Amino acid sequence: MTSAAELLNLSNLKDISSLRNDFPALHQNVNGKPLVYLDSAASAQRPQSVIDAMVTQDEQNHSNVHRGVHQLSQRSTEAYEGSREKVRAFINAQYHEEIVFTRGTTESINLVASSLGEKILTPDDEVLVTWMEHHSNIVPWQLACEKTGAKLRAVPINSNGELDLNEYTRLLTDKTKIVAVGHVSNALGTINPIEHIISTAHKVGALVVVDGAQSVPHIKIDVQAMDCDFYAFSGHKMYGPSGIGVLYGKKALLNDMPPYQGGGEMILTVSFEKTTYNELPCKFEAGTPNITGAVGLGATVDYLNSIDFDALSRYEADLLNYATEKFLELPGSRIIGTANKKASVLSFMLGDIHAHDLGTILDQDGIAIRTGHHCAMPVMDHFGIPATGRASFALYNNIEDIDRFILGLKESMELFK
Amino acid sequence: MNDLRELYREVILDHNRHPRNFGELQNPDKIIEGVNPLCGDRMTLYVKMENKKIQDISFKGTGCAISVASSSLMTEKAKGSSFEEIDALFEYVHEMLTGDPTTVASNLDTLDKLTALSGVREYPTRVKCATLAWHALKNAIVGSDDKISTE
Repeated sequence: MTSAAELLNLSNLKDISSLRNDFPALHQNVNGKPLVYLDSAASAQRPQSVIDAMVTQDEQNHSNVHRGVHQLSQRSTEAYEGSREKVRAFINAQYHEEIVFTRGTTESINLVASSLGEKILTPDDEVLVTWMEHHSNIVPWQLACEKTGAKLRAVPINSNGELDLNEYTRLLTDKTKIVAVGHVSNALGTINPIEHIISTAHKVGALVVVDGAQSVPHIKIDVQAMDCDFYAFSGHKMYGPSGIGVLYGKKALLNDMPPYQGGGEMILTVSFEKTTYNELPCKFEAGTPNITGAVGLGATVDYLNSIDFDALSRYEADLLNYATEKFLELPGSRIIGTANKKASVLSFMLGDIHAHDLGTILDQDGIAIRTGHHCAMPVMDHFGIPATGRASFALYNNIEDIDRFILGLKESMELFK
Repeated sequence: MNDLRELYREVILDHNRHPRNFGELQNPDKIIEGVNPLCGDRMTLYVKMENKKIQDISFKGTGCAISVASSSLMTEKAKGSSFEEIDALFEYVHEMLTGDPTTVASNLDTLDKLTALSGVREYPTRVKCATLAWHALKNAIVGSDDKISTE
């Protein structure tokens, strides 16, 4: 048996493990036990600096953006647009106009599916998704296909939870107009070969929309190197606020797309005969946006910029390896999602104890995991299971968290034996 | 652990391990589907009825221990009961899980083994697991064929 110290590169651990202190929510008792938070893939906790930035915005600077000539409106506008610039640099987009603020990944994908999908799709066309997509990268495309008559196809996955790339190549034809794919699977942890997927799709002229909700907190993103056409992600999965997210889109594509919603902010002139639309990115930001959320997202990017992502990757891989090894020692353990390249997500079954029961039992020990179908019912159907438990590990988790998790599972087995 | 024993009482664990009336009924009068999208539970209830009475009843599906045990206990109790009795039971069970805890004490005889479910009231996220089967049965006797969802 490998010891914790052997499995972990202690020099990385020291740097990263101090980050835990930055997250106030982790320092509390739940059901009388110190909280072990293993549900960051659903929503991550926020560091103090993000919370402070949002409080400052609300206490001192709040006003509407892009509208007023007065001091507070100017401060809010600067903070809001400053965040856009931070996000641009963070994912290495070429232009700030390519960063559209949305409510989150779901709205970002809906924006593309609705605006681009309904503009370019015809009954002869196909949209290609995969079997491991989150519902939010399936349903918007189904809706677009229903409206346009285009067909939805899905790339199958193998028993490890990896995409079948041969099938992908086979399904990709000149009918394929859009490929919508997750960079990292929320239910399985699989990291997809995104560069390969994108370059192959481009060869047949298809545009690629990447759901980056689960990748942004783990992997350094460079949208230009990746050459994706759209990249969608959420603030709250990357240690930022909820209700704010990003749609990156190539400028030329966004320019050609019709508005998604109508309202204030997105117009230049309005009369009853004709409305002219605002420039990017305002064209896609109708109405007063989530200003405090955007400011919080900017602070989140600042926080992530202070972290060495290579060290973070190694640290999270160490946590996943340790958890996997300890989990597999339990009788009746089964891991769903055993891809070669995985983010720090452990989706599992334990004997015949239903995940929902495990979730309740662990919660009594102060341990938070996700249970259910993870909004990925096709994944559950593929593996012929109704639900899994999912422990997801973030930069603030440590070996003690995993030991407590394993102990909780042992108690569950005791209770159900 | 002790608190959890209140939720996962021996009766619950037993009915989860060995659910009663599990499987399909031949020629049922009603088939009602129930889903709990939150946890992915799916159950199907099969009911034979005559003269406003449950003649036979069974269920099939996957679910957590609370949902399986509740379905199992319900079928045991419902078999042979009149619609009127089912209506009353539905109300008592609902009260026991979400309302006035004294309901249990004043209806011990009627609830009988169903009192094993009373621990669920301390776990609000799990109440839907326990009520899924009951909503399906209620639909069966009011004549609705609608799919039941807890959401």
